[in-house]
Amino acid sequence: MNKIIVSLIATLMVSTSVAQAGEVRVYNWSDYIDESLIKKFEQETGDKLIYDVFDTNELLETKLLAGGSGYDVVVPSASFLQRQINIGVFQKLDYAKLSNASNLWSIIKDHTNKYDPDNAYSINYMWGTTGIGINVDKVKEVLGDDAPVNSLALIFDPKNMKKLAACGVHLLDAPAEMIPAALKYIGEDPDSKDLEVIAKVEPIFAAIRPYVTKFHSSEYVNALANGDICVAFGYSGDILQSRDRAAEADNGVKVTYNIASEGAVMWFDQMAIPADAPNPEGAHKFLNFMLDANNMATASNYVYYANGNLASQKLLEKEVLEDEGIYPTDATLNNLFTTTAYGSKVQRKVTRMWTKIKSGT
Amino acid sequence: MNFRKYLFILIPYSWLVALFLVPFIIVVKMSLSDGVMAIPPYTPYLTLTEGWAGITNFFTNLDFENFIFLTEDNLYWIAYLSSLKIAAISTVITLLVGYPIAYGMANASNEWRPTLIMLVILPFWTSFLIRIYSWMGILSQEGFLNQFLLWLGIIDQPLTLLNTNIAVYIGIVYTYLPFMILPIYASLEKLDLSLLEAAKDLGCNRTQSFWLVTVPLSKAGIIAGCFLVFIPVIGEFVIPSLLGGADTLMIGTILWQEFFANRDWPVASAVAVILLLILMVPIILFQRSEQKQREAE
Repeated sequence: MNKIIVSLIATLMVSTSVAQAGEVRVYNWSDYIDESLIKKFEQETGDKLIYDVFDTNELLETKLLAGGSGYDVVVPSASFLQRQINIGVFQKLDYAKLSNASNLWSIIKDHTNKYDPDNAYSINYMWGTTGIGINVDKVKEVLGDDAPVNSLALIFDPKNMKKLAACGVHLLDAPAEMIPAALKYIGEDPDSKDLEVIAKVEPIFAAIRPYVTKFHSSEYVNALANGDICVAFGYSGDILQSRDRAAEADNGVKVTYNIASEGAVMWFDQMAIPADAPNPEGAHKFLNFMLDANNMATASNYVYYANGNLASQKLLEKEVLEDEGIYPTDATLNNLFTTTAYGSKVQRKVTRMWTKIKSGT
Repeated sequence: MNFRKYLFILIPYSWLVALFLVPFIIVVKMSLSDGVMAIPPYTPYLTLTEGWAGITNFFTNLDFENFIFLTEDNLYWIAYLSSLKIAAISTVITLLVGYPIAYGMANASNEWRPTLIMLVILPFWTSFLIRIYSWMGILSQEGFLNQFLLWLGIIDQPLTLLNTNIAVYIGIVYTYLPFMILPIYASLEKLDLSLLEAAKDLGCNRTQSFWLVTVPLSKAGIIAGCFLVFIPVIGEFVIPSLLGGADTLMIGTILWQEFFANRDWPVASAVAVILLLILMVPIILFQRSEQKQREAE
């Protein structure tokens, strides 16, 4: 939330000032790039890069729907991108200006086709999974050595949560991530848009609610690394960044990321150019810059998310490419599923249910 | 002469119209429209280019369904009431903490007063967001407060403070304390000391003269301070979302949810219009008391 406010203020300032030629404005997720790439882009192109961050799809979408966001490149998740394309938020990409597009990985292109046919409006920046981050020692201390650390039962079984409450649990404050996981846990279709099916997760959450420390979509990165919490259900790369922060701090906290054996949401963050971008030329330059195998590898090596750039894979650090939490094995990959956005009516019911789950009202 | 007088009045009024009335009318208009998935995400959309037809079309499409919707789900009322409760409790705590500080400042020697005022204002030099963020560090499980209490031996298990309503109250009282202290200090500073001497001559002891003379004479400051705290706290969004837990229900967070999660700008606007109406009550009361004060003087 704090990041939301900071970025709100920052972007208010951006949108009020008039865009100048030679300026490229990028709006991306927080903690999602190696900052050295910003300087590198400026040196290579001579354009000034203004880089702002957000931490929820909702914040980005509200800006895009308000119109005149002033950004040249934005990075929504594919499920949100899909409906945004439908209402004309984005402009078609000019592949003639994207000479590095041949680096794209066909497997990821196939997946994102579902949201953006032929990738006409967007190209993949990074992709990942939503799974379980744990503070290994604390969880074992609380639940014993046979703790179900790679099962959704760790967070959806009240018996486990009751014990974990003592050391702290964060869940994402994102119904679009949490509800599919709970549906998967009870064996329903995780992408269901049927309100009766969705309603089945309410008692699941009600049972574990008393033991949840906080619902938040970014605080767990620090909280897990500091040892403030012992379990977080969150985004793969965030938890892996948390693992590294703990290792750097050398504070005795050991974090691991597990993709639930029941299956996990696979999501894609897509770079796209708003229809009213002040500098589409510069936006294409930025996209092509990020399509460069070297640059994409630098970004992935830094943020620990897999990317959709096949050529970058041979430049990735071994610990990134071979980490099954980042590039899952084929067996795990087959077990992953994708979700699509809720329609307006279902969305309202889902938000209402989520408020009830969180606050009891 | 008259012309110049009107010109002077015109400037503040045009500010009010541009910065308050116009945005409010836009919000009211939005609250009477329907949400759609488009840019911008609501309709009807007043198009002056269509001339008279556009205007009649705009008015025939208006309806109050968003306000009716708010009455159908008790979430909104619970959130409004919860905001009022949090605002009322924090106002009382702020008064209890702020009054002694203001009293102490007013009774300090003349050379100390500027320093003391400075100390009250000093926190404003740091960003509000950073100060609330540091409270997150102070109140967390591994935070400074828990470490300190553990070290003192008062507690043997760290307390859960962050993400609870207690943390919200701490954050609000901390943030709004200067708004309580300064008006009370201003009224206490003007206090005529000879009145206290007179009370003493007439047989009051110190406690009695405090309650019978000092407190009534600082009433204007107390009222001003209470309103300056109460009114903004009702709509507070930053403090509950950073320090509060999932069960901290405030109308500011509901508004955020309608706007961002549901993309329902019309309902969000309806929530905001009702919030404003609720705030009008204390504001009118405040103005009444101000007016009485002025008449008394």
